[in-house]
Amino acid sequence: MRGAALQVADLELDYGRRAVLQDINFAMAPGAGAALIGPNGAGKSSLLRCVTGLVKPLSGVVRIDGMPVAEIERSTLARTLAVVPGQTVVAFPMRVEELVALGRIPHEHHLLGPREEDRRAVEAAMDRVGIGELRGRDVRELSLGERQLAVLAMAVAQEARILLLDEPTVHLDLRHQVVVMELLKDLSRRDGVTVLAVLHDIALARQFFDRLLLLDHGRLIADGDPAMVLSAENIRDVYGVDPRLVLQVAS
Amino acid sequence: MSTRVAAAPASDVHTGLLESARRRPVALAAIGLVLAAATLILGVAFGNVSVPIADTIAIIGHRLFNWPQAVTWPQSAETIVLELRLPRVLTAMAVGAALSLAGATYQGLLRNPLADPYVLGTASGAALGAAIGLLIPVQIELLGFGLVNVLAFGGALLAVAVVYRMSRLGSLSSLTAVLLTGYAVGSLLAAGLALTMYVAGNNLRQIFFYLLGSFAQASWPQLVVCLPLIAIGSVIMLSRARSLNALLLGEQTAAHLGLDVRRERLVLLGAATLVTAASVAVSGLIGFVGLVIPHLVRLVVGPNHRALLPLSLIFGASFLALADLIARIPGELPVGVITAIVGAPFFLYLLRRYHAGYDL
Repeated sequence: MRGAALQVADLELDYGRRAVLQDINFAMAPGAGAALIGPNGAGKSSLLRCVTGLVKPLSGVVRIDGMPVAEIERSTLARTLAVVPGQTVVAFPMRVEELVALGRIPHEHHLLGPREEDRRAVEAAMDRVGIGELRGRDVRELSLGERQLAVLAMAVAQEARILLLDEPTVHLDLRHQVVVMELLKDLSRRDGVTVLAVLHDIALARQFFDRLLLLDHGRLIADGDPAMVLSAENIRDVYGVDPRLVLQVAS
Repeated sequence: MSTRVAAAPASDVHTGLLESARRRPVALAAIGLVLAAATLILGVAFGNVSVPIADTIAIIGHRLFNWPQAVTWPQSAETIVLELRLPRVLTAMAVGAALSLAGATYQGLLRNPLADPYVLGTASGAALGAAIGLLIPVQIELLGFGLVNVLAFGGALLAVAVVYRMSRLGSLSSLTAVLLTGYAVGSLLAAGLALTMYVAGNNLRQIFFYLLGSFAQASWPQLVVCLPLIAIGSVIMLSRARSLNALLLGEQTAAHLGLDVRRERLVLLGAATLVTAASVAVSGLIGFVGLVIPHLVRLVVGPNHRALLPLSLIFGASFLALADLIARIPGELPVGVITAIVGAPFFLYLLRRYHAGYDL
């Protein structure tokens, strides 16, 4: 794909003797969104780690705006690509506004620290995610849903054009799941952010994304619109369950 | 979905003195510097033979700025102030600043609230080095430093180097493994220390004094050697507040925020270890400063290292100089005993008062 924000070409990865990813090829245009789905151990998180450049693939290449990710300085990459982990452990007492401000680290001055624009971005991010009223609370006292929103706000404050998320809705109740997914949709529509999210929940994935990437045993089995990817055949083969079970829940 | 809830003004959420202090770290630093200056004067004036405060200020002013010009104090007072007390108080302040800053850095680096400057083996390494130095009957002295100081310095550096190599801290290994390696290496060195003490005979008392820490031996030449080491390490740590902030949520997130995690870990660990080694070489093992001061400052200003590091340095300096002053009043108690007696209950009170519970 020409002008792709994110491109993965012929990616292969193994941990020791075990092949983790094989022959992965896909690309995403700026402002596009996709959900990465598949059973446990399919290689979803490993693929995400390859895209962040923290794990070096055996062969193949990940390109961000046309540049191989391995050749981009980490400090430069952090202004383009933000990552939301599934779980965040906070070791010290920390307020929500202080957590969100960490998202500005790639932008702030190395010695002088955050500037006016950084403070504005933090405020805007908290407003956007709707956690203004939580700003003074200790992160460790929040519910899991609220904590996840705070971490999302941190990624929003990072103002990156590509957003990777590793199961951002795990542990969240229904309302928070919808809030998170709406926010992701809004980010890609209004701000042109490219969103790639690992999701366990197939129903959520098909409802909020126009494009699904189905991974199984380290291979990309299907890539396209939800109806095509979530065919009865794919679900039976990949998840090993009666497709009616999944498709009923999903519809 | 834009603004769902209007941002509540912060003053509605948190009020009071602590909150306004938290919003004004620069004012806190100014207060800290005034406190440090007052501590310096008090520390120099009081002791076995007290010098009036006015004379103390005049003697220091006369020496530094040639003001006041008229000498109105006895020569003995000048000797006490300039040759005995001033180097001692300044050494206490330098060591207090160094240990507090190193403690804050170790805690941030290892993301462990229980970490202190001694956690990765510096204490046991320095102690074993000093003990061996005391047993060797050769007397070499250079710039006020004997074999004891040099071996303590080297022992501290060597212990952390071994922990660093063995735990593969250079890779993205788990922090628990690092702490356990530090504990194991520390235990091994402690066994060596116990053996050395067992065969020490008449030197046992001296080893014991080193373990408790003291500024009684402080002198200008020692200060001149250790101060640049502490200054270099401190500047490196202070200039890397951003890296420690990035590490608050773990190595992965730090890397996602643009940090070269391996390099920053090595640089910060090296700087913290350098100032710790320089400190234990001149003063022996003084506990509690490096653990308590960063926590106290964190309780007031929060986890942001841009405020936490400089304030730990400033308040750590005053704290240890005051502890040394208290240790001198009844006649040379080990200063480490004072830091523990003063620090531990105060720390417990603050933990209870502010419910600063930690996830461990």
